[in-house]
Amino acid sequence: MSQFIYLTFDGLSRGLVYAAFALALVLIWRAARIVNFAQGAMAVAAVYVAYSVTNATGSYWLGFVVALLAGMVLGVTVERVVMRFVDHSSPLNGVVVALGLVLILQGTLGILYGNEYLPVETPFSRDAFEVGGVAMLSRYDLFVIGAVGTVVVALTLLFTRTAVGLRMRAAAFAPDVSRLLGVSVGGMLTLGWALAAAAGSLAGMLVVPTELGLHPTAMDVVFVSAFAAAVVGGLDSPIGAVVGGLVVGLLLSYVSGYIDVTVTPMAVLALLVVVLLGKPGGLFSSSKARVA
Amino acid sequence: MSTESPLKELALHDITVRFGGLTALDNVSLRVAPGRIVGVIGPNGAGKTTLFNIICGFVQPTSGSLTLDGQPWRPRPHHLNRLGIARTLQGVGQFAGMTVLENVMVGARRRRAEAEAMAALERCGVARYAAAHPGALPYAIRKRIELARALVAKPQILMLDEPAGGLDADEIGWLGTLIKETGTTVLLVEHHMDLVMSVCDEILVLDFGKPIALGSPAEISENPKVTEAYLGTAA
Repeated sequence: MSQFIYLTFDGLSRGLVYAAFALALVLIWRAARIVNFAQGAMAVAAVYVAYSVTNATGSYWLGFVVALLAGMVLGVTVERVVMRFVDHSSPLNGVVVALGLVLILQGTLGILYGNEYLPVETPFSRDAFEVGGVAMLSRYDLFVIGAVGTVVVALTLLFTRTAVGLRMRAAAFAPDVSRLLGVSVGGMLTLGWALAAAAGSLAGMLVVPTELGLHPTAMDVVFVSAFAAAVVGGLDSPIGAVVGGLVVGLLLSYVSGYIDVTVTPMAVLALLVVVLLGKPGGLFSSSKARVA
Repeated sequence: MSTESPLKELALHDITVRFGGLTALDNVSLRVAPGRIVGVIGPNGAGKTTLFNIICGFVQPTSGSLTLDGQPWRPRPHHLNRLGIARTLQGVGQFAGMTVLENVMVGARRRRAEAEAMAALERCGVARYAAAHPGALPYAIRKRIELARALVAKPQILMLDEPAGGLDADEIGWLGTLIKETGTTVLLVEHHMDLVMSVCDEILVLDFGKPIALGSPAEISENPKVTEAYLGTAA
């Protein structure tokens, strides 16, 4: 039982990171109909910026804030300079360009920082509190919950309570109609990329210290899990991304705890197969109704 | 409808549009005087919607120019709302994932968007559907929502693309009254002749992209060229 409780908390904490990353994928998919395969490399680039800032100043928090801002700037740059010019007649075009970006970003980071794993510190202890001898959450887990929770609440409020959010949704649904109503569709698209890249960078900041360390390819495995989470939830649905993230996080935690860590990729595949056979659009697909 | 500044004058000068070998508009000129209701009619494929698309900036003219209040003007779709120009679409084009109220709020000015959207829905007699999703509503109701969405920004020039399509006689009667009462400049593309004849001050007739007649409803209804375009060559 104590193992189950520990694995559950561990799974939820990881799942929230996947959720933040899946949210980034969903935001861009909704706005631009592109699966941003470069999200992982973009997030790693932001974490490297944080690494440099933290090393230079000694402040984790300054590095944290700069990482989110750098992520935004990178998101805007990628949209304005690259993705805006991709021909959307085939969905593959965006994918190929995104994969090209991965190569460029990872290559550049390797040249600048080297290809060794760099140690990254966490701002809080990762030792789990024990209640009655059962390991529960660590301070760092609480930080992850707070950070991702803040992002989810902020995005929900943005999309459901603000004029900008309403316009972003409108621009994603029907660009031409939105233009006639005075919506700057290009501006909304850029904003979507900025927010998505910031959410991706946050996920990177949260997950990299819990893995092997900082490396140009550090987010590759996370990308696979988060992509699975986004697809399981329904690529169109922010709520689906959060639920999908938690499902994938729990699944990976249980499988690695009860079976073996080497089986986890198979478990993600199996989950994808089962969900897509039952609900091809994902659990929260928009075929009936969109949420947020 | 309240307007804060004097109504604008929109004019098209010798507009020609070619899509490959097809001439969609051929040397069309039209001056839409402030406050007038101008109808654009013609058989299918006459270029009516292309004319609207030119004014909205969705299509660039091959030659010719536009002016707004006498100034040269190159329309851009997302500037129209700010310039006081609103357009409805032939299909109803509503955002399926949003409520009716949210749909109308997209077009409203940011301050007091909700109150203005409710007022526009009220005006079009569909306020009770504010919380509904448009996809689930009957076509005639959605047409009214589309009108509310066009009216919410208090436009000075209202462009209506076949607003009577799919409506019954009562609905069309209501629509005619609404158009006459807007107090704004109206540009109306419509197939329903009774509506066009009853509300318009002036009518432009297009046939295969060419302007064949321009005049009052009485002049147009007596113009033999118009009859010929609609009914074929007289025997």
